[in-house]
Amino acid sequence: MLKAFHRVESPRNPEAAVYDKVIPAGEGWMYELQPGQVLRIVDLEGNQAADTLFYDADHPEDHYSAVRTFNAQSNIYLTTGSTLLAESGKELAAIVADTCGRHDTLGGSCSSQSNTVRYAHEKGHMHNCRDTFMLELAKHPEGHRYAKRDLSPNINFFMNVPVTPEGGLTFEDGVSGPGCYVELQSKCHSMVLISNCPQLNNPCNAYNPTPVQVLIWNE
Amino acid sequence: MNAIWSETMHPGGKWSGIIGKGKMIRLTAVEPGANVSMLMYHARDLTERYNMPDTLKAQHTAHLTKGNVLMSDNGRAMASIVHDDLGWHDPLGGYTTRAGTDSKYGASRYQESRNDWLRSGQENLAVELVRNGLGDRDMAPVVNWFSKVFCDEEGNMLFAGNHCAAGTTVTLRLEMDVLLILSNTPHPLDPQEVYPSVPIKIEVLPAVQIDSADYCVNFRPENRRAFDNTWTYYALQD
Repeated sequence: MLKAFHRVESPRNPEAAVYDKVIPAGEGWMYELQPGQVLRIVDLEGNQAADTLFYDADHPEDHYSAVRTFNAQSNIYLTTGSTLLAESGKELAAIVADTCGRHDTLGGSCSSQSNTVRYAHEKGHMHNCRDTFMLELAKHPEGHRYAKRDLSPNINFFMNVPVTPEGGLTFEDGVSGPGCYVELQSKCHSMVLISNCPQLNNPCNAYNPTPVQVLIWNE
Repeated sequence: MNAIWSETMHPGGKWSGIIGKGKMIRLTAVEPGANVSMLMYHARDLTERYNMPDTLKAQHTAHLTKGNVLMSDNGRAMASIVHDDLGWHDPLGGYTTRAGTDSKYGASRYQESRNDWLRSGQENLAVELVRNGLGDRDMAPVVNWFSKVFCDEEGNMLFAGNHCAAGTTVTLRLEMDVLLILSNTPHPLDPQEVYPSVPIKIEVLPAVQIDSADYCVNFRPENRRAFDNTWTYYALQD
């Protein structure tokens, strides 16, 4: 059984990373990880949401499955020890360090259309994560292998979306903080797709979306 | 109300079909302990489909019951739950796999067991996805009708036993033309050691007119906005 918040620090030194990039709020990142490589996502200023999807890069039709992942561990939250499963059951990546302690994979990503439902019809023009995902697919050389139908429910790193025993869904801020990070070790050639969330309609980031940093180590 | 059509899904059975907007589909658990896994796609644009996170976030819920609307990834109301005997249906638990079914209930093949072999949700859903021009990449979170999974404060998923009595029904009103895919296979978190064998009656019923006091439309402001998006979509075409 997983603990409610399970913080595990990493032994890795940022200076030894082979890749280092800052993703500004509202921008995306699509990158193929080699088997064994470790990806760290850093919440630079705190309470940002990194909406993230994984694919088997050798079989792009096999996407990350939130439901298979939390069903396999009988727990809806992700933290160190969680293995991210594809829809086929294949292991895509494992969380190997986490100083936040809990991440959501139930809440999905914002979109123009869901913003009209959740907030107001007038919010449809605002920037959103699914537009960022689709722009990355349009720009990335391998993006043509993926389509809207492949945008399955994602992971929201640094977000806390508790489910109550009565079956309610709540949104609680403040589980992350400046410098909190999560590290994932890739189990295969995995394609990672990140939308650094531009959400301005809910208070999760104090209405101030901020950058995240990605670092990669060869292990 | 007389059904337009009805059929009984055998234990382990599956069904897929297109049902037009305004019609209703009623599922009845003929015996206790049922579970039906459901996928739903827009019949005219199969890339639009039931979206679990969008549905749950908009309604601030982690379970489904009367008043809830199943929303698409394009922000539209696809179907509404207009009647529910149970108060809780599970949108989180997913479907059974071949490996999971074999390890829990014992390996089973058609070769030995003929039509008593134990089907898995994944295989049933895959067959119907392919039949309708889709495939594994279109697999998504299912709704598990008749099952209850709740979470403790640490996020552990707990299956509620004895949740579904014989004769329990749930009725959906379709707000769009949809492709429904159903699999009458066990809930993957059901701890029973014997494969549940519950026939499910499916009935398609005639339309009921939506009026301004409609329970599902008025259930939450988010629901009304999702209905608005659906009505706009059809207003542009009709």
